[in-house]
Amino acid sequence: MLAALERRVRPAFLPAGVLLSTLVVWEITWRIFNIPRFVVPLPSGIIAETWAWRWYLLSHSWVTLYETLAGFALSIAVGTPLAVMLVYSSFLRGALYPLLVVAQAVPKVAIAPVLLLLLGAGEVSKVVVAFLVAFFPIVVDTATGLAATPPELLDLSRSYRASQLKTFTKVRFPMALPFFFSGLKVAVTLSVIGAVVGEFVGSDKGLGYVIVSATSYWKSNLAFGAMLLLAVMAVGLFGLVELVERLVCPWYALAREQQEVVEDLSVKDLEKVRAAAG
Amino acid sequence: MIELASITKTYRSRQGDPIHAIKDVSLAIKEKEFVSLVGPSGCGKSTLLKLVAGLVGPTRGVVRIRGTEVREPFPDVGIVFQSAVLLPWRTVLDNVMFSIEMLGLRLDSYRDRARSLIELAGLAGFERKYPWELSGGMQQRVAICRALVHDPSLLLMDEPFGSLDAMTREEMGLELLRLWEERRKTILFVTHSIPEAILLSDRVVVMTPRPGRLARVLDVQLPRPRTVEMEFDERFKDHSDEIRRLIFARRQEPAHARRA
Repeated sequence: MLAALERRVRPAFLPAGVLLSTLVVWEITWRIFNIPRFVVPLPSGIIAETWAWRWYLLSHSWVTLYETLAGFALSIAVGTPLAVMLVYSSFLRGALYPLLVVAQAVPKVAIAPVLLLLLGAGEVSKVVVAFLVAFFPIVVDTATGLAATPPELLDLSRSYRASQLKTFTKVRFPMALPFFFSGLKVAVTLSVIGAVVGEFVGSDKGLGYVIVSATSYWKSNLAFGAMLLLAVMAVGLFGLVELVERLVCPWYALAREQQEVVEDLSVKDLEKVRAAAG
Repeated sequence: MIELASITKTYRSRQGDPIHAIKDVSLAIKEKEFVSLVGPSGCGKSTLLKLVAGLVGPTRGVVRIRGTEVREPFPDVGIVFQSAVLLPWRTVLDNVMFSIEMLGLRLDSYRDRARSLIELAGLAGFERKYPWELSGGMQQRVAICRALVHDPSLLLMDEPFGSLDAMTREEMGLELLRLWEERRKTILFVTHSIPEAILLSDRVVVMTPRPGRLARVLDVQLPRPRTVEMEFDERFKDHSDEIRRLIFARRQEPAHARRA
């Protein structure tokens, strides 16, 4: 049990160590060379400032968080059925897929100002930008997953004269879930970016607004604090999606772990054989 | 039970050229008979299975099962493929019950049957395990149980032991025979392995490659129940030599003659 816990926690030690020592080197170097604080602030200064402005930052984080979540939810609501339609209808695939690719090729950062013009400077425009950047990976990954159903299983379902709906709910969709979740993981971090880009372009709320306004007043400590919170938000949301994945399709993670154990064992066996051979 | 009357199956390639998978094949299979199809890759063995299952229609000719023409998927059938294709989120028992669910039958009335089949297949105690906790051979046993749980009169097997190692393969073949002795069905069995075909079947259908035609239908002269020792029998060797001759004679013809 303890060993299992250690195996889970250990991978975090190394990156945490690297991060911590980078911060220490950063703090020391800046103090030795006396670099102006408003250019690049000190870690200690960032932490102090973030704490001092905590309520202000939290209220703006909340705005960015719900813009992100609304955009993410919208991208699931639109992306998943779209993926299903693309897989089931060759007509729609032919008609829509090239357009989707073209739409994806347009940088979303370029669309954001136009959207603000259309939808106003309120939250709606940010939600739409977040949705636009996030829905493409969901469509592509879900469609890939649905198309990857082993043809034997489709033949089997057909030979039992099962309805399309039954085949979809009992075979195709569960089979595509790991793909769907890998799309969600990409999408959720992209929606954070989308919301912040929307806020950059024009708003008076959200962490994107905090960064823009803080830098224009040379308050780089505060800007760094906002960035820190954005990072925490993105990582947290990613972890949340991963948690839901583990709850919804535990078999996927378990099968992978089993595979690793098997590979581990065979490597150990190989070592034993080598040792025995001298 | 099954009657194939001058079946031709032509596919269209992406460029629109016709590909002749099967040409003019006629074959009759009796009730409860074990028939193997052997032949090199691309001789349309798998296509023939799909035709019998009603999963594809013939370009010309008729498939009849018990006198009725097969025009759509024929549900009184169990299919086993080369890979087990189990559902990874389902336990062994639930994977076997998959057939019952898809057929829309009452789950309660088949659960005991599923359990006894699992036991018969040597998987007692594994009902609650997941596919990824089983070896390849065990997974394939589950797939066979899934194909038998609704008690179909016809079992179609498309190289079912093709992805297993040689030792497991031999063992599985004999176990299949044991299952078959216990619950007689008509079996159509596609394989690459000549010894496997002889050891298991009542008759071996030898096919030639592209377009697939029947080269010979061979009655296996070995008594039942079959044992591994029969591989040393003189008759086994004769059959094996004959099948090899039929397959390799074609290969030595010039390429253009084969393609014609």
